[in-house]
Amino acid sequence: MSTDEGARAPDAAQGPDPAPLLRVEDLRVDYRTAGGRAPAVRGVSLTLEAGSKLGVAGESGCGKSTVALALLRLLPKSARVGGSVLLDGEDVTAMRWGRLRAVRWAGASIVFQGAMHALNAVRRVGDQIAEPMLLHGTAPPGGTQARVAELLESVGLPRWRARSYPHELSGGQRQRVMIAMALACEPRLIIADEPTTALDVMVQAQILRLIDELVAGSGIGLLMISHDLSVLADTCDRLAVMYAGRVVEEGPAAEVVAAARHPYAAALSAAFPRVGDPASRMAPRGLPGDPPDPAALPEGCSFRPRCAVAEARCSSTDPDLWAAGDGGRRAACVKVLEEAV
Amino acid sequence: MSAPAPSRRALLWARRRAAWGEFARIYAQNRAGLFGLAALAAAALTALCAPLFIDAAELAVTGGPGGRFEAPSGEFWLGTDAFGRSVLAMVVWGARISLTVGFLAAFVSVALGTVIGILAGHFGGWSSNLLMRVTDWFLVLPSLVVAVALAAVMERSTLTIILAIGVTAWPATARVVRAQTLSVEARPFIERARALGGGHLHVMKRHVLPNVMPVVLAQTTLLVAEAIVMESTLSFLGLGDPSTISWGGILQEARNAGAISSGIWWYMVPPGLAIALVALSFTLCGRALEGVFNPRLRERR
Amino acid sequence: MTAELQKSTPQDGPRGAGGGARPEGEPLLSASGLSVAFTGRGGRGTARAVDGVDLDLHAGEILALVGESGCGKTTLARTLLGLERPTAGRVLFEGRPLAYGTRALKRYRHRVQLVQQDPSGSLNPRHTVYDAVAEGLRIHEGATADEERRVADALSRAGLRPPERFYLRYPHELSGGQRQRVVIAGALVLEPEALVADEPVASLDASVRGEILRLLLDLRADLGLSALVVTHDLGMAWNIADRVAVMYLGRVVEAGPVEEVLAEPRHPYTQALMSVLPESGAGEPQVLAGEPPDPTRVPGGCRFHARCPVLASGEAERAGVDTACRTQDPGVLSGSGPARVACHYAALGRGGD
Repeated sequence: MSTDEGARAPDAAQGPDPAPLLRVEDLRVDYRTAGGRAPAVRGVSLTLEAGSKLGVAGESGCGKSTVALALLRLLPKSARVGGSVLLDGEDVTAMRWGRLRAVRWAGASIVFQGAMHALNAVRRVGDQIAEPMLLHGTAPPGGTQARVAELLESVGLPRWRARSYPHELSGGQRQRVMIAMALACEPRLIIADEPTTALDVMVQAQILRLIDELVAGSGIGLLMISHDLSVLADTCDRLAVMYAGRVVEEGPAAEVVAAARHPYAAALSAAFPRVGDPASRMAPRGLPGDPPDPAALPEGCSFRPRCAVAEARCSSTDPDLWAAGDGGRRAACVKVLEEAV
Repeated sequence: MSAPAPSRRALLWARRRAAWGEFARIYAQNRAGLFGLAALAAAALTALCAPLFIDAAELAVTGGPGGRFEAPSGEFWLGTDAFGRSVLAMVVWGARISLTVGFLAAFVSVALGTVIGILAGHFGGWSSNLLMRVTDWFLVLPSLVVAVALAAVMERSTLTIILAIGVTAWPATARVVRAQTLSVEARPFIERARALGGGHLHVMKRHVLPNVMPVVLAQTTLLVAEAIVMESTLSFLGLGDPSTISWGGILQEARNAGAISSGIWWYMVPPGLAIALVALSFTLCGRALEGVFNPRLRERR
Repeated sequence: MTAELQKSTPQDGPRGAGGGARPEGEPLLSASGLSVAFTGRGGRGTARAVDGVDLDLHAGEILALVGESGCGKTTLARTLLGLERPTAGRVLFEGRPLAYGTRALKRYRHRVQLVQQDPSGSLNPRHTVYDAVAEGLRIHEGATADEERRVADALSRAGLRPPERFYLRYPHELSGGQRQRVVIAGALVLEPEALVADEPVASLDASVRGEILRLLLDLRADLGLSALVVTHDLGMAWNIADRVAVMYLGRVVEAGPVEEVLAEPRHPYTQALMSVLPESGAGEPQVLAGEPPDPTRVPGGCRFHARCPVLASGEAERAGVDTACRTQDPGVLSGSGPARVACHYAALGRGGD
């Protein structure tokens, strides 16, 4: 596939590091449905260096959460996965079960959205934080208690909170506990799937700042998934925008948000207005139409039916990611290719 | 206007047919449910057509065509009773009363339980408390004893039996419906209906009822089985209408005639089996319906 | 900015948000000294969800009510619709207090409509789109001869065209944005004067969000529809609202025209909210410590003082208002008076202007 070539070219230009922390190559995921197989992810390639932060943005149903789950092979049985996921050079898709289990907490861990449901309601949060350490035999010799207290303090909760039950905590505090759990085995990679959705702006700011601080000093890689482009732009170094199971634009976060090259990325970034920007005053901007049904993708560019600047050729060509500027910027739009030539 | 009313109606019917098709498809995945349905259809058909091949005169005490306690033979497949009547003919005929009583009694109790359950769930507060205490009171009363008492003080007729069962079997339905009503009432579309100006009746009729109907339907099939067993019990205890033939009634006559001690099994076993089979079929149908309406239950299977 | 604003607002209806002047005339819908308290179960104390609010919604105006979860904004919206009874104060519609009799409430609900947060939950899964939209008509007018025309009208106004294609769909067959349009069509069919929308786009995708907000603006331009939009999102207030009211712990702490309040927030709470907006570019974000406060334990003095960065930094002390902050309630912000902010410190700044 030419997607592969497109994926390698900028890396070669950019990469001083031969083995990045995470390298996803041409990841494909199909789900079995009543009407045949529906592709949820169609050839996604991502690279994440240790100590850096990558954001993946997109609407619901664009495949971004499927990517997150595929990284640790957490997908349901009805999913078929292709391509490779290299974590520290080791292919997750080919791992044996025992190795995979070890990797799941110690190598990479996930912070899910909806902390309410991800925590066990009838166990104390301290025990839940200690659980991965006990399971993986990484508990310190003096017992887990001291380590749990240390983790709680690192996420900004008092140590006596270890004795609380999830219902005694607020939404923001529960999300902090989730982060403490994810940190318990000192993973190299943290995958955060909508970590602040459903939280208030102030609490969201607290959590984002916490994540930022934790990642900054430690060399941990962060892959953050969200529908909110503005949150990702603030937190992450690089940004990948997904549409209909593909990355349609990638590049340094601030630049992608400020001057997107792909019309979808541009529409998504315009959907989050900047307060004080006269252009967006009394002028909310959205995107007409709905994302395509994965089982019945349109011919040519999958964004064409909703694209304001589509042309005749867009219905025949399905563009790959092309280089679209400095800093490894890439976009999957025929117009970008034109300008590059 | 671009869409004339008839086409809208036609479309609506097409949609309903499609919905029924989907319903039938999911139901058909449950084998036990299919078996129950087939058994019920057979029983109902036999009961309906009974007058075509059974002469009612031969079922009178004085009109038995055979001898006393004849063993099963080519002429009387299930033998004869104390009055020389064919047991097979009686069991088939008895299905008419047993099924009628079962359906009507279940209908009475489900209607009562649904109304009380929705009222208690919708209004809440002291009225709900009062209704639920009454329900609890009926729930802990041994329903058979109440039915016996009712059947004893009222006229001995089929209607009495129906009422006795209907009045005692509703609390379980009321409980289930109230729980379902509470969960429906917590959903935002109820608030929307209220904000649109809908009154209590509107909310209960247009929003709560359609959403508790699946539960009610499943509950009904289960209750029919219960009602048939109860009818048989009451008849067996001699509280039924003596002028009609029902399965419980046949069992009672068999007992009176000393069928147990004299080993006349063909007098006892067929009505007993009929009761068990029909009750089982209804239960299977009810379980299958619950599965259709509640996808989570289906997955666990 | 003013030119932009005037272009997008209708000619009729009291205006004035652009220049910072206040809307004049009788408000359409208002809260006056409104309080709603809930008694906790098992005597756990009373939650003062709404604790003295004056708020006016004028004809043809879009007012955004902004606050964190638990600040009482949803309770205030529900009380304005008569879904909750106030424990003190009144709701006024066209200057007359809202009556809570069955008939009076029904008549009121013909004219003021609700749009809820979660469009998936606010449609009955067993009703078709046609039934959902016609529901209001049937409640208020029974079966009418022109029912279908009016339903078609409302659906196309809400952006579902051609309407016939949607009549017999069920909610689960629609996308989130389409569902919210059905809910809005169901409100429009009664030709209301005001909408109360509780987080109308919070559960929708980013791309759909803008479309629904634009619909609200179009409806205001075409029909003169007023709207009270409850949200936690200041960006949305900037997108569509004429005026904004910021709520904290049951009180409105700052209110005024969007341009004034969001360009130059005076209350420390509003300032903090503004500073944590992603990409705000407004200097260092002031992340308030701690969780949103508890309406069962409203602190004395200014209710924000425990989290107030101005008080914590000693700024208030230098201005000589720290004692007032801790002990004196800054009072209820009037719905249409000149004061814009309920804060001892900001009140000083006003004198200095």
